[in-house]
Amino acid sequence: MKKHRIIFSGSGGQGVITASVILAEAAALYEGLEAVQVQAYGPEARGGATRGDVIISDTDIYFPMVIQPEALVSLTQTAYDKFLGNIQPGGLLLTDSHFVTLNKKVDAYQTALSMYKTVMDKIGKPIVFNICMLGAITGLTHFVKPESIIKALETRFPAEIMDINKKALEIGLELAEGHGIS
Amino acid sequence: MNKKKVFVQGNEACVEAALYAGVDFFAGYPITPSTEIAEQLAYRLPKKGGKFIQMEDEISSMCAIIGASLTGLKSMTATSGPGFTLKQEAIGFAIMAEVPCVIVNVQRGGLSTGLPTSVQQGDVMQARWGTHGDHSIIALTASNHQDLFAMTIEAFNLAETYRTPVILLFDAVIGHMRESLIIPEPGELPLVERLKTSVDEKTNYHPYLPREDGRLPMSDFGGVHRYNVTGLMHDMWGFPSTDPRVAYILMHHLYEKIEGHVNEICRMKEFYLEDANCILISYGASARSALHVVQSRRARGERLGLLELQTLWPFPAEAVRQKCERAMYVIVVEMNLGQIMRVVKRAIDDPNKLFLANRIDGELITPQDIKNMLRMIYGKGV
Repeated sequence: MKKHRIIFSGSGGQGVITASVILAEAAALYEGLEAVQVQAYGPEARGGATRGDVIISDTDIYFPMVIQPEALVSLTQTAYDKFLGNIQPGGLLLTDSHFVTLNKKVDAYQTALSMYKTVMDKIGKPIVFNICMLGAITGLTHFVKPESIIKALETRFPAEIMDINKKALEIGLELAEGHGIS
Repeated sequence: MNKKKVFVQGNEACVEAALYAGVDFFAGYPITPSTEIAEQLAYRLPKKGGKFIQMEDEISSMCAIIGASLTGLKSMTATSGPGFTLKQEAIGFAIMAEVPCVIVNVQRGGLSTGLPTSVQQGDVMQARWGTHGDHSIIALTASNHQDLFAMTIEAFNLAETYRTPVILLFDAVIGHMRESLIIPEPGELPLVERLKTSVDEKTNYHPYLPREDGRLPMSDFGGVHRYNVTGLMHDMWGFPSTDPRVAYILMHHLYEKIEGHVNEICRMKEFYLEDANCILISYGASARSALHVVQSRRARGERLGLLELQTLWPFPAEAVRQKCERAMYVIVVEMNLGQIMRVVKRAIDDPNKLFLANRIDGELITPQDIKNMLRMIYGKGV
């Protein structure tokens, strides 16, 4: 297995850092892999650019940041504009068509999915938008198994809100079908 | 045995280790990037019968842990650069009054309020010389969560062994980074408990009368013995003294109890030093980038090695000198303007072979930054 590098980017409050933590946790605790997660954000609690980096590997990981991601998630136009140029040639970009307009050319698969709208139509709660995105990126990249994500979700969320989180994850996985690099 | 594996931030690993070491008391004033330590201990300490107090500021937090420690409790506080500055006066008091305690400084960027959510390693010298007067200090660091766990335990152990404050000098990258940690079974790592006096309650107890081995047994303050604690030069009773002989002996005692045990105190990790013609010296988050470079260059057959310092103070000068003796180049990798580099410069035989690969803009130094320095040294340009 080679090292997988992914950057989640967006705005504070969208849950991009939480999503990055869950992905890394799924790899480290439920797939027996090495994983490292780091984050960058401003001093503010809401708004401002945030970013979560995840590296997944079967060997030791030293430098913990991602410089050239194999997969990039950008949930705001600002994040898209800022990070698109860093993507690895032939890599994958995931954005949400509600928040981001794909207006640049880059050597990568630019995938815009209607995650936010589908979550609002089918669940009605924006809070699980990030989990839907996690489902989509899992479906697109296969870095970890969806079951491992579910296990990580179960330790994090109480049973009463697991249902909508699981549903959001499934929506994301469905939206990703037919897209992706492999 | 199925050990507990968790996926946590460095700050959480520090909390797990402090609880493993038996911390009873925490007083602090939350500050980024150390906040998770206070947050987690606020939740977990009361559950095991310990005390957590959020104080009005960093000064009172430091004073509170000194008081708590004197009553026999393992005590700690956590902060970042600006708070560490405020604690310095009381840290000096703890050194003078010989009060064991642990101070965590998760370093952030810049001087003053600087870059609250970014990283630097600019407090290395503040840890050494932040408080006034000639003194010695113990400061430890770590570059991954398993080591961070072990060094936190070590901090509590050294604090008790040498009756002194111990600084844990982490950084924002390690504090906030998440990676796996395997929590050792109880009993797996040795713990040093408070050395208590065997003097009974009817007999006079001398708080500052060392045993033959130099250690000073303590009596829980407020317990059966009455004694004085002061920041003034003091005699074996703890009472102030201006006698030059008392001052001379105390100054040497406080200094030598640490500097005279450098070999016992100091921890370091060595990677490929045996045949290395170029040695990187690093610590904390910077050491991760340094190790990245060493591993990738070794795969190409380049004779690069890494000396990772885990004890910054007291500085293991003689060990560093010996290990760098045969290297053609020594490069210190750190995120400041050369604080450890200057200490290494004084330690090694030939200071002309010493270089600094650093970064001071709040970003973690990258393997590319280090490789650029290698290209410069090898005359390849960048």
